[in-house]
Amino acid sequence: MTAAQYQESGASRLGTAALRGVASYVVPFTVIAAIWQIASLFFPPFLFPSLVDVFWRFIGIVTDWSQFVDVLATVLRILAGLAGAFLIGALLAVLMARSRMAHDFLSPALTLFQGIPALSWVVFAIIWFHGIESRIFFIMVMTTLPAFSFQVLGALQAMSRDLTEMVMSFRPSRTKLFTAMIIPAILPDILTAWKVNLGNASRVVVVAELVGATGGVGYQLLQQQQVFDMAGALAWTLQLVFFVLVVQAILTLIESVAFRYRAISERTL
Amino acid sequence: MMNGLEKSAISLDQVSKVFGKAGGAGAFTAVDTLDLQVAQGQMLALLGKTGCGKSTIFNMIAGLTEPTKGRVTVDGHDPFRDFDAFRGKMAIVFQGDRLLPWRTAIENVQLGLEILGKSSEERRSIAERWLETLGLRGHENDYPHALSGGMRQRVSIARAFATNANILLCDEPFSALDEMTARKLRAEFVKLVKENGKTAVFITHSINEALEIGDRIVVLKRPANIAIDVLLTPEAKADKQDVIRGQIQGVLAA
Repeated sequence: MTAAQYQESGASRLGTAALRGVASYVVPFTVIAAIWQIASLFFPPFLFPSLVDVFWRFIGIVTDWSQFVDVLATVLRILAGLAGAFLIGALLAVLMARSRMAHDFLSPALTLFQGIPALSWVVFAIIWFHGIESRIFFIMVMTTLPAFSFQVLGALQAMSRDLTEMVMSFRPSRTKLFTAMIIPAILPDILTAWKVNLGNASRVVVVAELVGATGGVGYQLLQQQQVFDMAGALAWTLQLVFFVLVVQAILTLIESVAFRYRAISERTL
Repeated sequence: MMNGLEKSAISLDQVSKVFGKAGGAGAFTAVDTLDLQVAQGQMLALLGKTGCGKSTIFNMIAGLTEPTKGRVTVDGHDPFRDFDAFRGKMAIVFQGDRLLPWRTAIENVQLGLEILGKSSEERRSIAERWLETLGLRGHENDYPHALSGGMRQRVSIARAFATNANILLCDEPFSALDEMTARKLRAEFVKLVKENGKTAVFITHSINEALEIGDRIVVLKRPANIAIDVLLTPEAKADKQDVIRGQIQGVLAA
């Protein structure tokens, strides 16, 4: 085999692998969509609406500002809730990592919080808070805080002692230790925590809006349920799914840039 | 006993280190009333069997561990209590390369310089010079995973030398390398230490390495205390190496 033939066959193998990768994502969606579309031929629209109707409803929401503002409200609530939970969670994790007493106190408390259903936090928030936004922010923070705390704590505890000792041997300031060692060491776990909590948050925010809000995707879902509009319910749900997919893609992009130092074999695991 | 030069750069006076509660069940004495002085400009090879307390002594000199009793001073200061006072004055080459995987070779070399607050141009210039000195020109932007074990250890040596610290502490830095690479790096290392007038404490469990590197060899017995302390003049290295080797082997075999 000549070098040119070898390169050609290599490129062809890569192309086949890429196609297989795309197909593995597309095929399940296509199959589900096909089954749904077939079902729509035999059932009334309030049970299985045509996907064409769902698509146009979806586009209608995106292109109509008065509707799209509800999507944006939900997105902002998710991001604000996650940011709040991450900041508080990271602070608690640092406290737990530094102080045995703080760990012994906070760890059971956070475990307790983790066991409280999201719906209970919704009820507590409605009783405790007047404002809609403060209610939703509280619910978002309380439902995602334990996971962020434990994930950041785990990352801090898993930091390499050898590398920390090496950096310490140069006598860095606290700020330098933080930027040169701690942040890069725990960043992979932080991004994973964001990915996991993003999914949780998008589910919780809908529950919170469903019960305690006058706007947002959750509120709109409630409106669709009241008029048995399945196409609308699906279109609003897809807005949220689309947002989660976009943010996940952004996080993956950040990972691929931030972790370019990793050996290829690690990335392909 | 100081052996050789007069002014002591590192001094351990009646130093003990006990892990666990002293006198309690499970307490382990790693170092027992050790007296050791290292003169400025001296290259001390600290030799002993695994578990004899070499690394504990190393960590106490580095200021990473506090002695249970006695006093450790480096350049007149307590390295544990005056930890920050040694910024830029002490550098360590560890057993493993301990390179930060998220930094390229040149960024790893620049770590100590960043902590010292050097400008980015100065950092880059110093790091490039040391990487070139250690034969790593062209690998500045390689990440550690792309370098061989020997190259990574060279980067860690460059990182230690880059800060121009007067005191170098080395914890078996070549033990994980193959003999050929280790021998080459040892020779380069000794040359650099001598050329730059450093005081160095070099921990090893290899008699050959100690004889090759040290101006002075201290052999430790368990729990770390001095069994042999010998000054290696060039004449002694040439004429008495076998005798010294025999003495050391005798202590280590006991």
